[in-house]
Amino acid sequence: MARKPDLRRFPGFLAVTLLCLFLLYAPLVIVAIYSFNDSPSITLWGGVSLRWYEDVFWGLEADKFKRAAINSLTIAAAAATTATVIATMAATAMLRAGQFRGRSFSFGLISLPLMVPEIVTAVATLIFFSAIGFQTGILSILIAHIVFCIPFAYLPIAARMEGIEDVYEQAAQDLYATKWQAFRLILLPLMTPGIVSGFLLAFIISLDDFIITNFVKGAGVETLPTAIFGAVKQGIKPNIMAISTLLLMVSITFVTLSYFAGRMGQNRKSNPTGET
Amino acid sequence: MAGLGPTGGRAARTYAGRGPLLILPAWVIIGIFLVLPILIMATYSFLTKEFRGGVIWEPTLAAYDQFFFDRGLFGDEQPKIEWTYILIFWRSIWQAGLATLLCLLIGFPTAWFIATRPAHSRTVWLFLITVPYWVNLLIRTISMKFLIRDNGPMNQWLLNAGLIDEPIHIINTNLAVQLGLFYSYLPFMVLPIYAAVERYNFALSEAAADLYASRWVTLTQVIIPVVKPGIIAGCILVFVPSLGAFLAPDLLGGAKNFMIGSLIEEQFKGAAGNWPFGAAAAMILLSMVLIVLIVYARNQDRESA
Amino acid sequence: MKTLKTAASALALSLMASVATAEGKLSIYHWFEYIPQELLDKFAAEYDVEVTLDTYDSNEALLAALKAGKLGQYDVAVPGDYMVEILGNEGMLDTFTDDEMPNKGNILPQWADVSFDPGRKSSIPYQWGSTSFSVNRDVYSGNIQTTDIIFNPPEELKGKINVLDTAGETLTFASLHLGIPQCSTDREQLKALNDLVQNAKANWASFGSDVAKDVLVSGDAAAGMIWNGFGMKAREEGANIEYAYPDQGYIVWMDNVVLLKDAPNRDNALKFMNFLLEPENAAAVTNYARYTAGVAGVEPFLDEALKTAPELNPPAGGNPQFVQACPEEVQKVYDTIWTNLKK
Repeated sequence: MARKPDLRRFPGFLAVTLLCLFLLYAPLVIVAIYSFNDSPSITLWGGVSLRWYEDVFWGLEADKFKRAAINSLTIAAAAATTATVIATMAATAMLRAGQFRGRSFSFGLISLPLMVPEIVTAVATLIFFSAIGFQTGILSILIAHIVFCIPFAYLPIAARMEGIEDVYEQAAQDLYATKWQAFRLILLPLMTPGIVSGFLLAFIISLDDFIITNFVKGAGVETLPTAIFGAVKQGIKPNIMAISTLLLMVSITFVTLSYFAGRMGQNRKSNPTGET
Repeated sequence: MAGLGPTGGRAARTYAGRGPLLILPAWVIIGIFLVLPILIMATYSFLTKEFRGGVIWEPTLAAYDQFFFDRGLFGDEQPKIEWTYILIFWRSIWQAGLATLLCLLIGFPTAWFIATRPAHSRTVWLFLITVPYWVNLLIRTISMKFLIRDNGPMNQWLLNAGLIDEPIHIINTNLAVQLGLFYSYLPFMVLPIYAAVERYNFALSEAAADLYASRWVTLTQVIIPVVKPGIIAGCILVFVPSLGAFLAPDLLGGAKNFMIGSLIEEQFKGAAGNWPFGAAAAMILLSMVLIVLIVYARNQDRESA
Repeated sequence: MKTLKTAASALALSLMASVATAEGKLSIYHWFEYIPQELLDKFAAEYDVEVTLDTYDSNEALLAALKAGKLGQYDVAVPGDYMVEILGNEGMLDTFTDDEMPNKGNILPQWADVSFDPGRKSSIPYQWGSTSFSVNRDVYSGNIQTTDIIFNPPEELKGKINVLDTAGETLTFASLHLGIPQCSTDREQLKALNDLVQNAKANWASFGSDVAKDVLVSGDAAAGMIWNGFGMKAREEGANIEYAYPDQGYIVWMDNVVLLKDAPNRDNALKFMNFLLEPENAAAVTNYARYTAGVAGVEPFLDEALKTAPELNPPAGGNPQFVQACPEEVQKVYDTIWTNLKK
């Protein structure tokens, strides 16, 4: 009977996997639980309440966090939109335009923001703005975000485009569609899941960035992460836990959406799409 | 992430000739706002620091000299090798290395377990592993700090349960930083190994078993060599960002034992205000990372050739 | 795609809108956790001004940020005494006339004419206080009136000490411990200073200014260098700590609101400074930050607790010292010592 054991199974691997998930989720779950703590002390449990959520929305610092949230969402939406457009064009160039000069170099350039350590990008961008005398503010954050959003938007978009054969566009062109019509009416609709997925990932990445934003933000401009960091340096307070829990839920919602967008229309084919 | 490069896939030609035009925006944006800034940063690393911060446009090697040579408190002694910054880099490599090892020890069994599930439950497991990555890194680090501090929930429960007599002191230690890094980048380890295991041909295991190889021997002699590319990719994806990490050492390590990220940050955001030195340290970090990536790419080419 | 386009144009509009309302603004660069939000809201409402506040955690960080291009983005900042002098020498301060500051007469006589800003041409007093350390009395019950607690700690406190991440104050405190003069050019003394902090570092758990209160309240540290008011807040938040006035000496300081050069909203900056010279408003800062105001007539508005707080009532006959702005050649050595320490 020991002749044919299940070779896929290793004893203890399930336990390690569960441990792994436990390690990943335990801190988040605990912060979420403590955000409902009624006690002003963060370590003692004083019953369940929503008072810290009230504090976030209507408390003294509500204005500050509201402004930061608006900045964060504005920048994320603008950066993700721009990066998605650029990435879609780039993916079309890389996967649909045959060979051209600089094509192999281009992939390296697009993935460069992923390879350069974040702190280096932050420093370089700060020095750049300072050297050209560009006053830091919302715009400087936006520019920096567009740069590092491009590869995150590109990867799911390119993965999707690779999975779509070009026969449809060829057929359209055989029927006298212009290149632009073939792109807009054939390729783009087929690409939608990849584009949505790329946009959402870029959005989340922008929303989450702390290090680069912290370096290039201007006077009086905060995003949620920099505002949270500023507050948390003086101690982890219950209202920070409430904000964190809210942000956590936003992130999870977006990843779930992205996940389903990536799977959309994928049922007929088994191409791996959108899973980075 | 594999297979998306210029060599991946069939080169369709629907928009032949439009390539340069379509790629132009990406070139312009990344060229102007990343490549050019890195070049300017390189230039700054050779400029003179002004007293009390700022730079003077006079070329000098002072920043690199400060990094590698110790000229005493008053700057007039015979230069000796300056070990402190090398030590900071070494500490970063060590911390990042241990975090990578920790990720590997937990990540490999996890990736293996997930890859050997039936197809439909695999995606759910993968999804569960990736979700935390998308949660704000700052919030994850804060959560970790809250959990492990001396008066935090973990110690309280252990104390209440009578398992320990006094709190386990983790916060502000190297272990805390390693835990933080591990927690930050674990999904990066799982995903590439998962991809490699998924492609693994189990006939190899069967062949090994037929030759009376034990499970352990099969794992070390057959499986690991085959999925090695995935393991190496995972290690790089964890190691590289860990090397330049800022939040984990700052929030979990008590900002006492500097890592590269904190050293660089201090030059720009902190009180030090030494831009040329910060730029030089960033250049050295960047060179190290690029060397790792180039060696990796070379090996990839050799193995696929 | 249509929705994307709409979203993009809406965003562009909102971005421009936030630029267009630049009138009626005030941009403050301030120490962290030092001014109550209510007071900012009050000013904003009274003068119809949109107030933004950024924070820093040391005088040196303020200087570095202004040097790095933030000058011209902020209207006012709150440097300590010696940093006012440095900013002035660097040409980073604007001046105002007495007519522009109607409440200037409210300044207490001892702060009305100061060496770091003769005649108060660029600054007004904000709050003053001291820098020393607090010790958790549950952990250590021995004598704490000595700088040994930080630089040569008893067994109970080893590895449980937080030190302020501010070069000026921490090195001055170390000089007091050694009994050497500030800005000493004596090589042996500077070497001794370097050795002292290098050796003491082994007993320190962390460097941090913004965390100074939290580490004491949460118990992450059992002793910590801290400012008197911040230490009082820590005690009021439940830490069983005592603030020390060591025999070797302690630091006193006066923080000042300065008018920055190239202030984008100079008029509002002056209104704000004048507003802070109102006794009621100065008292609001004192009640919040637990330091002592430099304005006359605040007493009726002050919390009862402040009158008896040990943090605010130093024993007579101590050795309070202001931090001095050192000449370049000494400051460079200090910078090296600090860099050696932090790395």
